[in-house]
Amino acid sequence: MTAKHGTPLAVELKGIVKRFPGVIANDGVNLAVGRGEIHCLLGENGAGKTTLMRILYGLYQPDEGAILLHGNAVQLHSPKAALAHRIGMVHQHFHLVPTLTVEENVILGLSEGTGPFLCWKNTRAKIARLAEEYGLQVDSTAKVWQLSVGQQQRVEILKALYRNADILILDEPTSVLTPQEVAGLFRTLRTLVHDGLTVIFITHKLDEVMDVSHRVTVLRKGKAVATVDTASTSKAELAQLMVGREVVFRVEKSEADVGDEILRVSDLHANNDRGLPALRGLSFGVRAGEILGVAGVSGNGQHELSEVLAGLRRATQGQAMLEAHNLTQSSARAIADLGVAHVPTERIRMGTVPSMTIRENLILKSYRSPPFCRWSILNEKETYENACRAMEEYTISAPSDRTAAKNLSGGNIQRLVLARELSGEPQLVIAAHPTYGLDVGATEQVREVLLAQRDRGAAILLISEDLDEILQLSDRILVMYEGQSMGIVPTEDAELKTLGLMMAGSRRQEEKS
Amino acid sequence: MSWESWIVSTLSRTLAYGTPLLLATLGEIYAERSGVLNLGVEGMMIVGALTGFAVTSGTGNPWLGILLAAVIAGGFSLIHAFASITLRANQVVSGLALTMLGLGLSGVVGRAYEGRPLLHALDEISIPWLEKIPVLGSGIFQDQSPLVYVAIALAVLLWVILFKTRIGISIRAVGEDPATADSMGINVARVRYLCVVVGGMLAGVAGAYLSVAYRPSWTDGMTAGMGWIVIALTIFAFWNPLLGLFGAYFFAALFHLSYRLQAWLPPELLKAMPYILAIVVLIVVSRGTLQKRMGAPSALTLPYTREEG
Amino acid sequence: MRMPSWLHIERRPAPPSWSVFAVSLGAIVLALLVAGLFFQAYGVSAFRAYGDILRGALGSRLGLTETVRRMIPLLLIGVGLTVAFRALFWNIGAEGQLLVGAVAGAGIALFSGLPDALLIPAMFLGGFCAGAVWGMGPAYLKAKLGINDVITTLMLNYVAIYIVEWLIHGPWKGPTMRGFAYTDRLPAAALLPAIAGTRIHWPTLAIGLAAAVILFFVVRRTRVGFEIRVVGENPDAARYSGISQVKITMLAMMVSGGLAGVAGVGEVAGIHYMLLSPTHISFGYGYTAIIVAWLARRNPLAVILTSFFFGVLMRGGDVIKVSLGLPFQLVNVFNGLILFFLIGSEILIRYRIRIGTAKEAA
Repeated sequence: MTAKHGTPLAVELKGIVKRFPGVIANDGVNLAVGRGEIHCLLGENGAGKTTLMRILYGLYQPDEGAILLHGNAVQLHSPKAALAHRIGMVHQHFHLVPTLTVEENVILGLSEGTGPFLCWKNTRAKIARLAEEYGLQVDSTAKVWQLSVGQQQRVEILKALYRNADILILDEPTSVLTPQEVAGLFRTLRTLVHDGLTVIFITHKLDEVMDVSHRVTVLRKGKAVATVDTASTSKAELAQLMVGREVVFRVEKSEADVGDEILRVSDLHANNDRGLPALRGLSFGVRAGEILGVAGVSGNGQHELSEVLAGLRRATQGQAMLEAHNLTQSSARAIADLGVAHVPTERIRMGTVPSMTIRENLILKSYRSPPFCRWSILNEKETYENACRAMEEYTISAPSDRTAAKNLSGGNIQRLVLARELSGEPQLVIAAHPTYGLDVGATEQVREVLLAQRDRGAAILLISEDLDEILQLSDRILVMYEGQSMGIVPTEDAELKTLGLMMAGSRRQEEKS
Repeated sequence: MSWESWIVSTLSRTLAYGTPLLLATLGEIYAERSGVLNLGVEGMMIVGALTGFAVTSGTGNPWLGILLAAVIAGGFSLIHAFASITLRANQVVSGLALTMLGLGLSGVVGRAYEGRPLLHALDEISIPWLEKIPVLGSGIFQDQSPLVYVAIALAVLLWVILFKTRIGISIRAVGEDPATADSMGINVARVRYLCVVVGGMLAGVAGAYLSVAYRPSWTDGMTAGMGWIVIALTIFAFWNPLLGLFGAYFFAALFHLSYRLQAWLPPELLKAMPYILAIVVLIVVSRGTLQKRMGAPSALTLPYTREEG
Repeated sequence: MRMPSWLHIERRPAPPSWSVFAVSLGAIVLALLVAGLFFQAYGVSAFRAYGDILRGALGSRLGLTETVRRMIPLLLIGVGLTVAFRALFWNIGAEGQLLVGAVAGAGIALFSGLPDALLIPAMFLGGFCAGAVWGMGPAYLKAKLGINDVITTLMLNYVAIYIVEWLIHGPWKGPTMRGFAYTDRLPAAALLPAIAGTRIHWPTLAIGLAAAVILFFVVRRTRVGFEIRVVGENPDAARYSGISQVKITMLAMMVSGGLAGVAGVGEVAGIHYMLLSPTHISFGYGYTAIIVAWLARRNPLAVILTSFFFGVLMRGGDVIKVSLGLPFQLVNVFNGLILFFLIGSEILIRYRIRIGTAKEAA
């Protein structure tokens, strides 16, 4: 298959398979990109986009499959090889050395011509020329840490262009840019392809796909679901492709016995790790005995929301009232003491101490008080019995309660976390991506546990990227987009198409909170 | 003592004593710039001192002694390099082990050389015209070991290499952000090995200077903790060879003055200054932007592997 | 390094404890073998050398008691280091903490004017506090400002050395010492009692043994020990559980520095009976104790064994000095080799080498 008038495709990936322990990141993916094309890779978090591009850049080796560049099969063993084949990549987390200057970063690793000593004149001239041509102006003698994020990205692009890249891969480039910078970037990209370069652009933002790309490939759960010409598709169609058409069988769920509102979030603002606003005035409420599912493509503030509510991140504005207490003013420990359970996304890093035993991990939050601790001494008998109970109730499978947490499978670790968090009969449960990376059995169990908590009368905030899961478990669905609520829908009224559009940024007509 | 002779002798002694400090510090700066902390400096210096003395005694050629000191100390540091870089062992512990081993081996092997005079020590030289400059000339250019000038030249050369050449950029990148350096095709391990061995060689030369030029003799433990001052000096110099130049002479001056000013100040106070100053520097540099401008290489003491997924 | 595709080095999930023990033992044996080769190269029979060491350290009452005498400071400091290492704090400054403890002890003994009965307890307390303060400074700097603990503790070692030098040459120089750089001999009531006919100052030994047992219990079974372990193993989880990293790190260093300080008091009031030059007070106990703690895998009870082992080596060094004419520095050769082989062998524990094709991912 060729793109235009018999010229071979710039990039062709055939049947790429990449496996990591426990998951198949790329499952027989085919990608065809023509020369002079801006091609978008669209999909949710975990769909396999970044993995695929890292294979193209030589950072990962595919388990199966072939890579063809301009019609020739190639082996890309390392980034050095990719660079030699004129592939450049702008990563999500920039590969720049902050203490070096722009020009030093640009020539890093290059061993061109003129002896060991550097003549900056030529380099600077070349950088200036490239910058001028493609709208990437930046002060080349400045140290990288002094530059804004947008400027740093320009340096990354310049790095690739300086090495005569003719295939440029960008991984979620706009997530760190202001709207003006995004416009500037797109201008640059258009100029680049006009000059014959090929651009592959990873994103999850439908607006951008429609704005700048020629063709789009949609990835979902490791498979390439469709490849379409942008001109002949629509946001709605793309949303549906991204999110999936199949609706898995519904889990048995009883009628919600809803009580009073337990959590009321008002006008919540918070920043992400880069200092950019992640929550921009989010407001909603959760009632006892219901599951409020938070849907949305990852990166729209969900992570920050769960951290703010758990006391691990400071809100810049707004409140989160748990009955009479304002969670935004409380510490993590205080929030836990109030009866808030947090099942974190990064269950290993945040949720467990890997080298400690199951028994010890189970009391990570409750070790300070009786019955586990009397006069500062930990009570062996109580902690042992607690562990036995927990292991039975949550079917944590391990040789003994003295097994170290790091030896447990992902599913068992999650069971451990649930056992710990839910043991105190919490009134609010914040579950962030609770089934991410788990096998089918563990997933089912986690879902049943959450439903059981809901039936007990807890208020549950379920954050997930798996829309099926949200649809199965939630009583109401809140869609987040760019840190705001696009609306709340009762599950029985929810349609996949509408949800997809909301996830892409269209606000729901009737505002129900 | 007259004003002038006071200045002359201070300058002269400062240069003499500062030279081994400078040489070893230049080496440690390179090692740390590439991300490897080498606490084995003391061990390598003393191994260099013994080698220098022994070879010079045996062959009558001090330059040969110095050369072999560099080679042996460099080889020694390979052990630390292998442990820290390839085996990814704890760099602190590995460096300490190197020092212990160096002190131990040199103490035992050097027994035979204790108390022997060195007949072919490195002669001092004077630089023809410059020594005529009043006061400064006598202090700086008269009757100094040639290694003094070698050290100064090295400081300048190493500064140029670190900041003005391609290799220097690679070294600094490896020490700050090895993942980025790796993704740009730089062989992180190779750069680190190189820097550690260069550091070892320079420490060896510094040690040899002590036994062959400064005080031609050999005694067990003759480096007397100088290796630890070097660690302090590396920080004090903000990992910059030129600042290392000034720092080395500054510390040497403090040391010399501690004796001179004994009547007024307890000598221990001045001798402790290098260590106190290093801590002060670290505190000052720990704040935000200063850290970026002048702080330690970010990847210092962290072993690196390319993580696959 | 690019590995051939059939050779895989992968992280071993859970090293069984017997393998840890076996590998450590293997490392020591290897180190001693290499040292043996070194003896041979020197023209000394390795058998004779090791024979002398064992006989000298364990074969006579004098030998055994001298071994124990060497063991005392290693025990105290080693136990303290296991706590510091558990909190992931690299305390390289035990040498300095020992010295300031010695200073405090000597100072109280010589100048405090306390009644005799209170003197020794006061000295131990003072030594503990001095060492604790010396250790808590770097702990604060690390926890609050993120300043490297290795460097700060190391630097303070030398500041401590110079403090001692200053005192013995200056303000505390003993008028009865005829111009030598020592303080006066400590008053009789300040001298630690020793087991009859030996130099084993048993109060310090008792403190050391008690500390080993108590800290073993504390780290394993108490709330504070739990918090120390969480901070050391996973600072993120510590934050998540509301544990204060600053407080815990400082607490751990208080214990570690304090115990080293007590060791200092022991040396000064139990062996030398005066404050003297730093290199005579401590033969690098602070550094050797690092190996002691490392070998004991951060287990305070195991430190009893490992400190005894290194006591044997140090006594052995004394013995060979006389019998074979080899300098005491030999002990450093042992230390260095053992440490290198230990850390080299860690890779065998942490990783395993597998030959074959990659397993299919689950």
